[in-house]
Parts: sequence; structure tokens; C-alpha cells
Amino acid sequence: MQRILIVGATSAIAEATARRFAARGDALFLAGRSAERLQAIAADLAVRGAQQVGSMLFDARSFDSVAPLLRAASDSLGGLDAALIAHGTLSDQGACQQSVELLREEFEVNALSAMALCTLLANQFEAQGHGVIAVISSVAGDRGRQSNYVYGAAKAAVTAFTSGLRQRLYPKGVRVVTIKPGFVSTPMTAAFKKGALWATPDKVAADIVRAMAGGTAVIYTPWFWRPIMWIIRCVPETIFRRLKL
Amino acid sequence: MPTGVSWGRWPRAQQRIIPITHRFEPLPQAAPMLVFGNGRSYGDVCLNDGGTLLAARGLDRFISFDADSGVLECEAGVLISEIIALTLPRGWFPAVTPGTALVTVGGAIANDVHGKNHHCAGSFGHHLLGFDLRRSSGEVIECAPGRNPDWFAATVGGLGLTGMIGTARLQLRRVPGEWIAGDSQRFGNLQEFFALAAQSDADYEYTAAWLDCAASGERLGRGVFMRGNHAPHTAVPPRVRARRFPLTPPISPLNSVSVRLFNDLIYHRPSAQQRHALWHYRPFLYPLDSVLDWNRLYGPRGFFQYQCVLPPAAAGAALPEMLQLIARSGQGSFLVVLKQFGDLPSRGLLSFPRPGATLALDFPNRGEPTLRLLESLDAITRAAGGAVYPAKDARMSAQSFQQYFPAWRQLQDYIDPQFSSSFWRRVTGSS
Repeated sequence: MQRILIVGATSAIAEATARRFAARGDALFLAGRSAERLQAIAADLAVRGAQQVGSMLFDARSFDSVAPLLRAASDSLGGLDAALIAHGTLSDQGACQQSVELLREEFEVNALSAMALCTLLANQFEAQGHGVIAVISSVAGDRGRQSNYVYGAAKAAVTAFTSGLRQRLYPKGVRVVTIKPGFVSTPMTAAFKKGALWATPDKVAADIVRAMAGGTAVIYTPWFWRPIMWIIRCVPETIFRRLKL
Repeated sequence: MPTGVSWGRWPRAQQRIIPITHRFEPLPQAAPMLVFGNGRSYGDVCLNDGGTLLAARGLDRFISFDADSGVLECEAGVLISEIIALTLPRGWFPAVTPGTALVTVGGAIANDVHGKNHHCAGSFGHHLLGFDLRRSSGEVIECAPGRNPDWFAATVGGLGLTGMIGTARLQLRRVPGEWIAGDSQRFGNLQEFFALAAQSDADYEYTAAWLDCAASGERLGRGVFMRGNHAPHTAVPPRVRARRFPLTPPISPLNSVSVRLFNDLIYHRPSAQQRHALWHYRPFLYPLDSVLDWNRLYGPRGFFQYQCVLPPAAAGAALPEMLQLIARSGQGSFLVVLKQFGDLPSRGLLSFPRPGATLALDFPNRGEPTLRLLESLDAITRAAGGAVYPAKDARMSAQSFQQYFPAWRQLQDYIDPQFSSSFWRRVTGSS
């Protein structure tokens, strides 16, 4: 039985992952913005076998509430063994290009808040000598593209941050997992036309659960994004700047 | 994500798809709209050409499950297979399930589905303790047999037209395990079928027969009768990995020759005659669920299902008439299922199950000749005073529908003003 904090618990990927945790009898603490959604998901996870499910309202833009959230989760579950940081927004690239305020907000939600959570979780897990921090980054963070470089830059920050954190915590017995999903059919991407590259939240969830249990540091999910992104990273800038990606 | 295509893959409809993932959101204002679950109805009851589909498969959360009483409350996008996965290990099973477990609870209510145990358990609505109905006006109507009973009756079998079912409470039934014990035996003609059904219905919860529809002359109406009960047995369940039918062949391999061979094989295979059979519930109740997307087998033009019920007095004459007609047409049906319904009156205004024999057939869509054959079958059903199952229909005439379901006018008072479906417009002539 693991005691797991899930931030952004009402997101499709987090919910699918939480169901897998619940099915194996874990104790869960959910954080998200909508009280009624959190309650509905908590009830569902309890029916599916979670040993215990707590929840708390949490807005990622409110940095002061990070410490209270970790305290509440630890108190409720009697400690924490793992955390999944899964909240995020899909930035409107066009709007972000026109508004510094929006740009800052997207960065706060998608990058800074995840780093804030990681910072306090890292100290707690380091002190207790064990723990797993799994953070959902994105393939979009592997290289900035004109179609979504604000979102991509925020995710790149998360990727770099978790990479450094992983090094720092490795000798302390704490693992950090960076998760890079590709296209996932979720409400966040409901407006997109779907092709063969799209994965279901449940497929991504299966990969996340496996990575959190095993020793993988960085996962691409589904796996084929690893070679795809390798190629994209290899394209020289002289060519890349002419592409319409 | 939903495709907006029904299981028969015909007709094709153009519709805007809006996903619904949380039950607290008010319904969008996108008339004409219709809720789409898992797309397992065959024709166009789940389609809304030119309108909007509210894709509600994402409403798939459980709310509560009481392992003492067997009462399950869940959102309406939960699949029957998901309920079984949750409750069977604790000794409970859905009281009524159709021939596939891949339908949503909402779809099972809206079509008041039935299964191989209709003669003793009735249909899905008989085990429905209640549900909430969300109207486009924002109103939520709590429905139960004893609460807003008129809305309950309009929505059970109401083809999704009365609004969106948000959550439902189901009474499950106790089972001793995952296995079903019974037997199977060949019968040579329809008289033998009726005799077998009459002697089995009291002792066996599940009964159904497969018919060889390629047989004619003396062999007309031959088939295999299967019956069984949930049984305590503790073997390790078979590990079945569902396979997906990978592509749509340009020309369907199902033709009169392959259908004849296949049906001959089923009739003559040794397991058609088994005195003590033990089945895992999956192959017994949901034989086709192990091949995902099997409907692609019928090729790019899709296929038609035809399921009718014939009243007891008329079935004896009407069934052979139908089988002869099909045999003569050369458009053999790949799988034919025959079952005797029980007498329990259905709870829905437009519920399909009623006393009599129900025959289910499927035909590859060969265009005009297939439609003509199905219309001739309808002529027999109409004359017999029977009915055709809307969940499986894509082509019955407005005249046939209105004769089969005279209560359709009453349903109109309960239809949500912003809801409609391709089926409803077709069979009522409304726009």
C-alpha cells in the first residue's frame, strides 16, 4: 500500500492513473480546483478499492497553499510515499503572444507551481529517506516550436528542474520521474483532430504507474515519442527555423 | 474518443461531438442533441445527423457499491463490463445484460435491453432502482418506479430522447462465481425448439438458441439450444486477450457460401451436443466481445441487424415463413439467435420485450436487395402483430414503427425539446 498525493487530480491522465492506484489498494489524497469533481472522483476511487481517499481544494497559482497542502496530505494519510504532479493548462499560444500577463500566468501554472511542489516534496522525502516524485512534463518541452512554445518552454523548465532534482535526490533514496506524454485524448485536447499518434489517458496511466514502480528516470508515453523527439531535437536550427511545426 | 458511428456502421451521419466528462456541468445548448454512449446500438437510435452528439462515455465514475445488498450507484457512462470487473469478485453480477458487456448503463436503460434470462428476469428496467434525468432546461428529474413514474416509464426504453441520464442505481444479483453450468443440444426443427424452451425456462436462468438459417426443406429451423445457470466452481478463469479485427476488408468475406459452411460447422461440431457443459461467463454471455471491432467483418458498407418479437400465437407460423424467405433470398444471415421471451411486462413505454419468440439476424448491407428482404420480413412481423427492436434498426418504415409501438405518441410529451435522433426523425416523420 502506497500513500500518494495527486495534484491536478481532476485531469483525465491523473484520474486514469488514480484508478490504477485505487485498484491495488493505495491510500490517496487528491488536490484540485473543483470541490464537486474532487468529491465525485474520491467516491469513485473508494468504490474501486482505494484504502482511503482524502481531498483538498488547491489552486496552483496560489504558492502559499503548497505547504498547507503537503501538511494536509501527510496528516490525512499518515505520511507520504509518492506524489504525482499532474496539473496544467494547455496555453493558447496566440493569446500568450499578445499578453505578458497571460504568459506569466501560464508559466506560473505549468512551470513554477510544479517546481514549488517539487521543492517542498523533495525536502520532506529527503528527510524521510524514501519517496517517489512523478511530474508530468511534455514532449512539447523537448524543443520549442512556433505552434506552442510558451507551453513548451514551461514544460522544458519542468524537465530541466526534475533532471537536476533527480541527481540531487538519487543518493538519498528518493526517485524523481519525468513523464513526457505525447498527444492524449483528454478534455484539454477535445478541440483537436485526432490521428494515429493519439493515446488514451488509460494507456498513459499504465506507463506512469509502471515508471513510478520501476527505475525509469524519464518516460515518453506512448514509447514511440522517444525516437520521434530524438529526430526533432537533431534537426539543425538552420533547417528547423524554416519548418512549420 | 467516440466515433459517432453506430455498430452496424450504417448509416453514416455528420454530427458535432461534444464530450461530457463531469456530471455537474449543465447540458450544452446545442439542439438538436442526443447522448451517445459506447456506440453499440446497431442502427441510428444513437445517431443525430446534422445535429450534436453529447459523448458521455466519460461519465464513468462509480458512486457507491454496497456488497451486502448488491446495490450499485454509478454514472451512466459506465460499461456493464466495468461493473462486472468491480462486483463479480465480491459475488455480484448485473441482473440483466445484453449479448455484449460493452454497453453503457445509460444505453442499457434507454434501450431497455434484455438478455438470455428474459424469461425469468425481465429486462434491464426491472432491476433499475432509480436514475436522474438531466433536461436541457437545467431541471434534474429524480426517477424511480415509485417516483415520477411517468418519467421513469418514458425514459426506460425511451431511446435517449427524454434527456441525459446522469447517474443510475442498479440492483445486482448474487452469483456463486464466474462459471455457468448447463448443457447444449441440437434440435431438428422449430417444434423441437419450442418444446425445449418450454421445458427449460423453469429450471435454467439463461436459455437461447442458435439457428441454422442456411438450412431449408426438412432441415428448416434446425439449430443448437444452450441453457445454463450460474454455478459454484473454482477453476482458474481462462485468460482471454481480446483481439481486434484490424481492418475493414474492401469486400465482405461473408457470402452465401461461407455462411452455409459456417452454419454447417456450428451445427455439426461436437460441442453442439453436450450433456454437462461448463462455460466461463464471458464466452457464454458475450461470445463476440473477444473480437473487438468484429463489425468490420461486414465490409465498408456495414450490415443490418433484424430483431423481431412474434407473439406466442403467431410465432409458430411466422417463424418458418421468415426462415423460408431468407433461405430463398440467398442472403444468409451469419448468426441467428432465437429465444423465448417471458411474460413479465416491460416497464418502459417503448420497451421492446414482450411475450413471444424473438429472432435476431444480421445481413451484410448489399443495398436495395437487402432492404427489400428486410421489408418483407417486416410484412410478416406486422401481420403477426409483433415488433422490431429499435436498438438494432436502421431502416424500418414509419408505418411499421408506429404499428409496433403505438405508445410513441405518449412519449412525445416527455421528449426534451432540445433532443432528437436520426431514428426518431425517420420513424415519426418529424424534422
